[in-house]
Amino acid sequence: MSALAHLGSAHSAPGAPGGPATARRRHRFLPYLLLLPGAAWLLLFFALPLLQLAAASLYDPNGSLSTGYALTWAFGNYPAALQAYWPQFGRSFLYAGLALVLALLMGYPLAYAIACKAGRWKNLLLVCVVAPMFTSFLVRTLAWKTILSDNGWLVGLLRDVHLLGPDGRLLATPIAVVLGLTYNFLPFLVLPLYASLERLDQRLLEAASDLYASAWQTFRRVTLPLSMPGLIAGTLLFFIPATGDYINAELLGTPKEYMIGNVIDSAFLVRLDYPQGAALSFLLMSAILAVVFVYLRRAGTEEVL
Amino acid sequence: MARDTPAGDLRLAHLTKTFGAFTAVDDLSLTIAQGSFFALLGASGCGKTTTLRMIAGLEQPTSGQVLLGDRDIARLRPYKRPVNTVFQSYALFPHLDIFENVAFGLRRRGIRKVDEEVRRMLSLVQLDGYERRRPAQLSGGQQQRVALARALINHPQLLLLDEPLGALDLKLRRQMQIELKRIQSEVGITFLHVTHDQEEAMWMADTVAVMNAGRIEQLGAPTDIYEYPATPFVANFLGQSNLIEAEVTGQDGDDLLLTGHGSRFATPRDRARAHAGGVWLGVRPEKLHLVTEVGAVPAGRNAVSGVLTDICYAGVSTEFLLRTSWGQELSVFTANSDPDAGLVPGTQVTAHWHPRHSFVLPRGGENETPSGDREPERIEAAT
Repeated sequence: MSALAHLGSAHSAPGAPGGPATARRRHRFLPYLLLLPGAAWLLLFFALPLLQLAAASLYDPNGSLSTGYALTWAFGNYPAALQAYWPQFGRSFLYAGLALVLALLMGYPLAYAIACKAGRWKNLLLVCVVAPMFTSFLVRTLAWKTILSDNGWLVGLLRDVHLLGPDGRLLATPIAVVLGLTYNFLPFLVLPLYASLERLDQRLLEAASDLYASAWQTFRRVTLPLSMPGLIAGTLLFFIPATGDYINAELLGTPKEYMIGNVIDSAFLVRLDYPQGAALSFLLMSAILAVVFVYLRRAGTEEVL
Repeated sequence: MARDTPAGDLRLAHLTKTFGAFTAVDDLSLTIAQGSFFALLGASGCGKTTTLRMIAGLEQPTSGQVLLGDRDIARLRPYKRPVNTVFQSYALFPHLDIFENVAFGLRRRGIRKVDEEVRRMLSLVQLDGYERRRPAQLSGGQQQRVALARALINHPQLLLLDEPLGALDLKLRRQMQIELKRIQSEVGITFLHVTHDQEEAMWMADTVAVMNAGRIEQLGAPTDIYEYPATPFVANFLGQSNLIEAEVTGQDGDDLLLTGHGSRFATPRDRARAHAGGVWLGVRPEKLHLVTEVGAVPAGRNAVSGVLTDICYAGVSTEFLLRTSWGQELSVFTANSDPDAGLVPGTQVTAHWHPRHSFVLPRGGENETPSGDREPERIEAAT
């Protein structure tokens, strides 16, 4: 095969257009050609801006938009940003983590029920999971603001059953932010999980049951390990945007609940401190990458939980 | 083999399963002796798999009992039954290696030391050294043997096999049939084998039950069923039969005398399941002998004349089709130990057979089709 290719290219080397070698060369370049539009897009609108952001994170912190910024390789921006905003960092991971736990407790049974038990209602239920996405993220979060408001029915009910004190509230508390995060990113967890569980061969569950596994053991030893790909994809799709989110903290919380997204938002749009905003962005990115890396390493090796 | 579980036959008592208006299993009663190799044979949709699933606990009977020894297990959950299954699809756990697949049942019962037992099972099914492979890395035959080891390691009182060889090619299937028989005699566990392959059933089982439309049509040793089928369905599902419409006209000593399409036949009384009125006179194709001259038929034999319409040479045997004067086509198989080259389509021949090779079945029952019932099944078996 390779000898043949060699022969062919030697043959058409003195410029024989349209020969078999040209066809073969076109064939070889075809994958790159197909790659080109996407690669160009990513280069222009992802890689270059990222580089730009990296450069901005190393600008002289004393510069400003009016006086202009100078690239002084100011690595000190990073420790300074971390020192100033570590509580918001911690809060981001805490809230996103709590929301993830809540979402898993609701999302796994939901995905399982839709995939395995819903029968002819399957498609309708899937639409219900996706339907909220048809309205804007902002509108949905604002709706939550109404639901959780001090005069709303929910707070009234909770006060009546004494789960909340007479002037207890939900809005502007960490609970509201975590609930908002849970709600807004739930479909990203449910859909990959559903896809994984839907492919689960029900005969394997029968086999497990035939081999002395109780319902719980069947779940633990067969269903759960086989749904791991969906579970991993779902948790990542949930956790990554939830950690960087700032809308929920902004609308449902107070500055006491602000997450790192809010700080970055204000650094770029309010305080106009570009170097600090850029440094925080990179810190967040690397923190998430580190968490994901550790998670994947653990989940990947523990195929049998 | 450790057999500390109490001895017990499997008894199904009036077992019935309906799905809506469809009755899959209809008042089924049978006993399977401990340690036997029992085959449940039938076309797809006859209720054999539903029966098996009720014994395994994967399906709840609508009514009736599943007794193992003296214990009714019909309402027990599958994982509480001393019964294991080799599934048609094998259903090996794709995320576990072969060792863990085989050890699965032991581990679920809280047994910690499984190493020795798993290795012993793997060597029983001749898969030593495959412990760390994944099911997807094994061939169909190997996966089949893993499924068998995974079930047998639990020393069930009863092993259920749901068309376990259906997915294998013919040669491998023969090999696995021998293997299964060897393993069954080695471990001594009761095997209940569900299949639509009549040869496989006859070949492997001590006792065969032929099922049709949720009921057992006939139950017995393979030779008994084959040589003396109880119904036209059995006569044609298990091998082939020539069934000739006839009337009982009288008796001659121990023989029953019949007339069919103007010819006279005789059959020993003990080979007849009906002794008066309209009957089917049956004879297996390989019991027929062909002669070209009517005078060559030995005295005392039944004979039918006709024209050869088709001759198929099949290596070990040749299959002839003979069209009778009333238009029925009879099959005749002859062994090719001494091939006769003189017969060509169009030859006028006479087929004759010994009266004790024929059997008589009652005619006129409902839903009776003397032939053709097994055609769809053959197609399925070929795919």
